[in-house]
Amino acid sequence: MQPTFSSSRILLPVRPWFIFLSLIAAVLFNFLPTAHWPGMPDWVALVLCFWSVREFRRVGMGWAFILGLLMDVADGSVLGQHCFAYVLLAYASASLSRRLLWFPLLQQALQVMPLLLATQLVQALMRLAVGADFPGWGYFIGPLIATLLWIPATFILLLPQYQPVEQDPDRPI
Amino acid sequence: MAGIDHAPPPFFKRGPAPLALLTFYIAVSLAIFVVDLRFKSLDLLRQSIALLIDPVQRVAQTPGSLVDYAANYLQGLKSLQNENSELKHAQLNTAPNLQRLIQLEAENERLRKLLAVKEREKANGQVAQILYTARDPFSRKVIVDKGQQSGIVAGQPAIDETGVVGQVTRVFPFSAEITLITDKDQAVPVQIVRSGQRSVVFGLGNGQLELRYMPANADVQVGDILVTSGLDGIYLPGFPVAKVINIERDSAYSFARIFCVPVAGVENFGELMVLDPRQALPPAPPESAGRGGDSSDKNGLRPKKKRAAKGN
Repeated sequence: MQPTFSSSRILLPVRPWFIFLSLIAAVLFNFLPTAHWPGMPDWVALVLCFWSVREFRRVGMGWAFILGLLMDVADGSVLGQHCFAYVLLAYASASLSRRLLWFPLLQQALQVMPLLLATQLVQALMRLAVGADFPGWGYFIGPLIATLLWIPATFILLLPQYQPVEQDPDRPI
Repeated sequence: MAGIDHAPPPFFKRGPAPLALLTFYIAVSLAIFVVDLRFKSLDLLRQSIALLIDPVQRVAQTPGSLVDYAANYLQGLKSLQNENSELKHAQLNTAPNLQRLIQLEAENERLRKLLAVKEREKANGQVAQILYTARDPFSRKVIVDKGQQSGIVAGQPAIDETGVVGQVTRVFPFSAEITLITDKDQAVPVQIVRSGQRSVVFGLGNGQLELRYMPANADVQVGDILVTSGLDGIYLPGFPVAKVINIERDSAYSFARIFCVPVAGVENFGELMVLDPRQALPPAPPESAGRGGDSSDKNGLRPKKKRAAKGN
């Protein structure tokens, strides 16, 4: 696979344990006390979206559901709230995957933004429907920041798959 | 949708279609959403997941607490000495009252016995440390470091040094979730100290509380202190809850809008005390005789309940 379909670089195949590790790291990032800062992105949604776009046969709605359950319990929100949003996110990003990877990174980020916004919006609507208060517009800044983070996230999460540009066939190892 | 539908050639094993999977997962999510919200019967699932992630969450909170610790450590000798002298001063100030408290309580008990009034319950509890606030932006909850292992049960009230903070709503093996009184629609039965009027104060969800269903001409003034009335069987009577800060009396509505702020440092981090559950209230008085034909059945039950209450 290439970084984008128009690129000529060929990536190494992804290692399953790295996907697992990055998702766990995202969950950890969400647990950090920084999660209370205004405009902090939902790391799990970002990483899940990334892997659903790139590796939809490995990371799918099952993963989304389990991660959603974890986040629901950790947040103390109603069970099923994150599950629902993440499952939708995983499905939508997997469906967009073929189109998305033809674009350069900046345009990819633009197309990912509505998905991440919808993830947040779905959760807000679910809670508003059962009587919670509107949490304020600051709640929707997180996905916008996450959109900006799409570009660095792509670099970091694809790092283990890059091959050196100049390969030396005589290298001992 | 073409992406995931047509990915592998059809002669490989593919599992269920994505759309079917999506429908399945959405159905399950919505089902547990409704069940958790309406029937509250998923506590076991929640507790078992919490057991898994609780240690991880505590580890994730350590950087923050380390920074706090370092800040405290570097605060210096001077401020500590100041704080120490202030505390000594405060202790001396309260000493006369405290020293007489034991005697007053004994006297109160004796007088109540003389009057054949039920003795006042004593407030006991255990100190718990607030670990972190729950991340959910739709509610106001904190997690404390004591749980089922310390004998915490759902429903116990929590106070800090100045007043009521909230109530335990969920209990996990090693932690418990406390819903603050400022959470939306969290209700606390209160009494106005000045006039003795009883009412219920509700959280607004924005850090304030509202005294609802008070008539527009009710005897409430800005600055009135509200204390728990103890009528609910959860909060012991007499703990400060809130202070009235703003009253809107509009003759177009039959109720006054009365806004209050909590007395306790509800949104602050620190330690709080989880009070032991109250003793069971005496059985409710029998309903009026005109109600239904099962009164004989209830009469049969009542003596048993009384005996049980005496046993406590």
